[in-house]
Amino acid sequence: MKPAVFDYSAPESIAEALDLLAEHGSGAKVLAGGQSLVPMLNFRLARPAHLIDVNGVDSLSYISANGSLRIGAMTRLTAIGESGDVAGAHPVIPAAVAQIGHRAIRNRGTIGGSVAHNDPAAELPAVLMALDAEVTARSVDGERVIGMQDLIEDRLFETTLGDTELLTEIRIPAAAAGSTFGFQEFARRHGDFALAGVAAVITTDGSTITQAALGAFGGTHATRLPTAEAALVGAETGDAAFAAAGAGAAADFPATSDVHGTAEYRSHLINVLTVRALNDAAGQAGGGNG
Amino acid sequence: MAENMSVVINVNGAGRAVSVEPRKTLADAIREDLGLTGTHLGCEHGVCGACTILLDGEVVRSCLMLAVQADGAEITTIEGIADGDDLHPMQSAFSEYHGLQCGFCTPGMILAGIDVVSRNPDPSPQEIREEMGGNICRCTGYQKIVESVQAAAAVMSAEGGSA
Repeated sequence: MKPAVFDYSAPESIAEALDLLAEHGSGAKVLAGGQSLVPMLNFRLARPAHLIDVNGVDSLSYISANGSLRIGAMTRLTAIGESGDVAGAHPVIPAAVAQIGHRAIRNRGTIGGSVAHNDPAAELPAVLMALDAEVTARSVDGERVIGMQDLIEDRLFETTLGDTELLTEIRIPAAAAGSTFGFQEFARRHGDFALAGVAAVITTDGSTITQAALGAFGGTHATRLPTAEAALVGAETGDAAFAAAGAGAAADFPATSDVHGTAEYRSHLINVLTVRALNDAAGQAGGGNG
Repeated sequence: MAENMSVVINVNGAGRAVSVEPRKTLADAIREDLGLTGTHLGCEHGVCGACTILLDGEVVRSCLMLAVQADGAEITTIEGIADGDDLHPMQSAFSEYHGLQCGFCTPGMILAGIDVVSRNPDPSPQEIREEMGGNICRCTGYQKIVESVQAAAAVMSAEGGSA
């Protein structure tokens, strides 16, 4: 298997990368960690005329935890998974990163690449949705900030980013005081794409749930689970509320059938996984943030 | 055809210059241009782990990188881990504990095993299975591979944990 012919550029600055995107537009593809794009090139499922490799743009790789958590788009998943700043701010992120592929994949894969590629079975778009993250997109015409839900809508393998825009940063607001999380996914083998998975972040006031944010993946697209969230807010933590949320999650989840499992099975999974994730989150309550 | 690009890669301790098309994967360049055919290609899309190498000390899939991306990098392939005729402890353990049958997955297994032990000097069988789940073997059933990595870990730790 060999990729089709493409022209290759390796800019060393964001400005250079934006100029290249402006010049080549829809004929160009940005190469981040390459753990999804290179297989697509190898299979010739993707045949861009021009590849813009941003691995040499050092200014896109950073983690900054000053109020909100800011992560440069080219930050490798291994660095994110091992960052004390990330774990301190949002422990659900390293829990999710640990489930992404294998070490060799995480050593190359990047957060921006995962978000921009938007594989519906990928962990990070759903997790970042649950955390109300925003991304920064830059082009030669300027910069805009896009909420995760507006970035993904109900799309798969594409986002609302324009052809000449480069995703440069993921920004995650600080967690509510005392919030706890659960992260659950089901895959046939560790490291495989999950059949279904969910990230749940809840905040309680004593035993009453005051905030709940759930993001699911493994359906037709990454999504929040609004019915499940509504079943939780105002309820007491415990089996009754969690069962209602599980049922809500199954109703919200855009399940689909393929060779790995039926839609019915996946809906069942998201129900069960949601209950487990909420039990995990409730189990941390009183133990501080995470 | 896009024009070839000149790339210099430090391969197993020696700088090597190659001229490659941008579309050539690092794995193909290792095999075809550098002549190091110990790196095997199974799936060519990042699933099987046979093409695992070390890039600047970290495990990566060489089929999921372009050769031009390795310009200026240091890579270690299976050919670079023995000390002359003295096998690396991981190689010796795979031999001694029958960690291979056909040998196709073995170069990737050995480099992945070295990486596991470099981060965790005394891995449990369960940890080895989790860490090396991205390397697929179709012969052994993995039992002997896990035993090999454990045995190598003991030797490597005794030698000071050097990879």
